[in-house]
Amino acid sequence: MNPDSSIPFLAVRSGTKRFGGVLALDGVDIDVFAGEVLAVLGDNGAGKSTLIKCMSGVHRLDSGVIEVDGDPVQMHTPSDARALGIETVYQDLALFDNLSPSANFYAGRELAGPRWLPMGMRLLERKTMKQDTQDVLNRLQVTLPDLDTPVGLMSGGQRQAVAVARATAFSSRLVILDEPTAALGLREAARVLDLIKRLRSEQKAVVVISHAMDHVMEVADRAIVMRRGRKVGELIPSEGSREQIVSLIVGGDG
Amino acid sequence: MSERVSGPENTELVGPRSSPAPFADRSEEGQDANASSPDSPNRLDGPLRLALFLLRAGPALILVLLIAVIAITTPLFLTPRNIGNVLAQTAVIAVLSLGMLLVIVTRGIDLSVGSTLALATVTGALVFQAGNSSFLVIAAMIGAGLLVGLVNGVLFVKGRIPHPFIVTLATFTLVRGVALWLSDGRPIQGMPSIVQVVGGDSIFGWLPISFFVVVGVAIAVWLLTTRVVWGRWIYAVGGNPEAAHRTAIPASKILISVYVFSGLTAGIAGFLTAGRTNAGAPTFGALAELDAIAAVIIGGASFLGGRGGVSHALVGAMMIGVIRNAMNLANLDSFFQLIVLGIVIIVAVESDVLRGHLENKLRLAQATRT
Repeated sequence: MNPDSSIPFLAVRSGTKRFGGVLALDGVDIDVFAGEVLAVLGDNGAGKSTLIKCMSGVHRLDSGVIEVDGDPVQMHTPSDARALGIETVYQDLALFDNLSPSANFYAGRELAGPRWLPMGMRLLERKTMKQDTQDVLNRLQVTLPDLDTPVGLMSGGQRQAVAVARATAFSSRLVILDEPTAALGLREAARVLDLIKRLRSEQKAVVVISHAMDHVMEVADRAIVMRRGRKVGELIPSEGSREQIVSLIVGGDG
Repeated sequence: MSERVSGPENTELVGPRSSPAPFADRSEEGQDANASSPDSPNRLDGPLRLALFLLRAGPALILVLLIAVIAITTPLFLTPRNIGNVLAQTAVIAVLSLGMLLVIVTRGIDLSVGSTLALATVTGALVFQAGNSSFLVIAAMIGAGLLVGLVNGVLFVKGRIPHPFIVTLATFTLVRGVALWLSDGRPIQGMPSIVQVVGGDSIFGWLPISFFVVVGVAIAVWLLTTRVVWGRWIYAVGGNPEAAHRTAIPASKILISVYVFSGLTAGIAGFLTAGRTNAGAPTFGALAELDAIAAVIIGGASFLGGRGGVSHALVGAMMIGVIRNAMNLANLDSFFQLIVLGIVIIVAVESDVLRGHLENKLRLAQATRT
């Protein structure tokens, strides 16, 4: 995947997470490399969501470690993960429907000054934020009708694109996408898949959870399959391995 | 670099249209089409956009229309003297509605502002009797407002009372009770001259000085809502509280702050009322909270939170002031004012519902086109 570096950007080593009596993650090992799209597959309740929540600082592993650039890290909150360059786009997108794309991009980390004032009292640098937002969108070839339109008035695909672009805007190195195409029509899903490919070409690491096998086949360089909290397989998705993936997911002896 | 980064301008180089990834090609085409003819969407849903524009500008248009009609039918209406009257009568509602605006943007409500106004006038009058210091009187009135606002905000956020309606319903009655108790249920005469001048005097014989207080508060709220980080966060919290929490926006502090600000505007409104009447009275500001809420809603801010600005609050307040004034000039009974105001509120909320519906349609139209 990444010839000039054998150290994964992010790695989970023997990750284990328990919710009461339920073993949600059971000794999971994962490597995520820069410039690679990794698909996480599995049926409902297989542990995919728990895994990405541990990778994005929402949950903490009960045992096992998470490494970034080969060094163990502690992530207690989503902000910790974000500071390490890990951004997550959840299924609900967490967008502010009443605000413009640039207000959404910078929500909670607005560019504002002067610096001697407390954050809340600072004046917004609106032009800079709008221009930077436009630059990121241009770079990712995301076309929006109008940068002043509240995102609530945009289509599902455009909203997804804004959310993904927001996740990549702040020198993030890993973007985790939870079911990015689930709520989209065919064309809009295709655009989001293009966007994922562009993230890869920008040398970002991308983790995608998806049920849509066609989409996984199209964008993923590597796929891991989870079942009952364990990693049960790891392979290169292709038409030839499709059967094998499906049987791993449903729990045949694949 | 690989073909993945090729821009729309060299789409042709990417590969034949029959490539194994037809999705990607088609989407590039779609982007090209959008980029080359940016005006095509407008043509497609022109009527929808026009209807939306009218609904969004609706309250302001209706206000202009209303003023035009009244000016034609009632010659007295556009005289400087009467304009001064309208502005003076509207000042209290306008100031209160600017505070209420921020509360409503966060999906909240503040029922206590009328009572707080009364408490402010009473404490101001008592302090004036005790010490004769203009500064202390003003500080007492503003302080009373801030204090009630802080109590509202803290009870709601830290006390985890489920809805601000309940919190401010409690302080609505509690604060009125305190004002009655402090004043022994009677008006207290006497205010410092500076308070009387600001609240009751006018320049050129018609333009009330309280109008400039409204302008000042309006500019402050406009700066806050459009230029300052805190204001941006208020809209974020109103638009998606859950996401605000996830993006590290201090949602609790912001919620408390809007109630404190609403209390501040109630203190200022008390200042104006006390100045105009040269008194503090526990009965002042009765039902003023409903006027303020009505003004924000009539002006076009959404009761569902997240949208609405200074212009909405001001237009709504003016609308109420103009309707009342016109009916007074026409010698109509005051119960007609209540009926008309009720109808205006229904129309305003219904058009907000319609606006949401049309925006949804527009979004669907965009989704099917792209």
